[in-house]
Amino acid sequence: MSESIGTEAEVPSWTRATRDFIGKRLPLAHFLPDRQPAYVGSWVYVFGVATIASLAWVMLSGVILAFFGPQWWHVTGLGRFVNSVHFWSVQALFIFMVLHLWGQYFMASWRDGRAPTWMVGVVIWLVMIVTAFTGYLSQQNFDSQWIGVNAKDAINSSGGGAFFNVLNFGQMYGIHVMLLPIGITVLVILHIVQVRAKGVVRPIEGKGRGA
Amino acid sequence: MDSPAGYINWAFISISVPNLIVIGGMVLVFALALILPFPHSTSTKSSKR
Ligand code: HEM
Repeated sequence: MSESIGTEAEVPSWTRATRDFIGKRLPLAHFLPDRQPAYVGSWVYVFGVATIASLAWVMLSGVILAFFGPQWWHVTGLGRFVNSVHFWSVQALFIFMVLHLWGQYFMASWRDGRAPTWMVGVVIWLVMIVTAFTGYLSQQNFDSQWIGVNAKDAINSSGGGAFFNVLNFGQMYGIHVMLLPIGITVLVILHIVQVRAKGVVRPIEGKGRGA
Repeated sequence: MDSPAGYINWAFISISVPNLIVIGGMVLVFALALILPFPHSTSTKSSKR
């Protein structure tokens, strides 16, 4: 009988290979830890969570805006309120993301095999800037026209004009409300999974007390 | 919002007042995050040591 189990294990299986891959890299206790090392008790680690919280508000208000449309968010009181919630949540998101970035930079959190975590962070940052840009172009007001008209020459001279027409509201809006949010969500989930797989990086060894 | 922001010019550096306020506030919040003690719940403290 033990022989049959042995031969069974030899049979190639995508399912088993995936299970082994995940089980080795991210056991459930690592994925959902209920304790963290003492050095995680610092406000610096709150910036990442504050970024997620801001992102949640951006997504929630954005879904409501997409549902009711430009007419609603420009003309009605509630629409303007939700529009403002969306705008100011983005301001909070960028501020917390950059504070988080500063924290990880000064802790050199790319140490001990965490470079991919940092690099996914960089990609999130870049995608976020494009999202903010397409968001400004999606406002459907004079401000967005002004930004689009000014930006088109830079985009065209860089060759990006072959793919993006910043004066095309439908294209910018579709990218802003569909493609980029999905991309950001996937990247942020990946970022968190990366942090959970490795655990929070140990502090840099010092010569002073506590080292 | 309909009038342009004031600007501070210092040698080759030129920055709008709103941008300077935001950056200054971020530096302040970052410094506070390093200085302020992080609250620990009493239950975890007693179980830890
Ligand atoms: C939407 C944007 C982002 C979100 C929601 C986010 C969220 C998080 C969270 C919750 C953590 C866990 C530890 C902590 O909170 O300090 C973390 C860790 C980390 N983040 Fe981000 N992050 C974002 C952007 C970035 C950016 C722009 C960078 C750098 C370019 C970055 C680099 C890192 C690194 C290196 C770690 C690992 C720290 C460690 O393992 O100790 N993140 N991130």
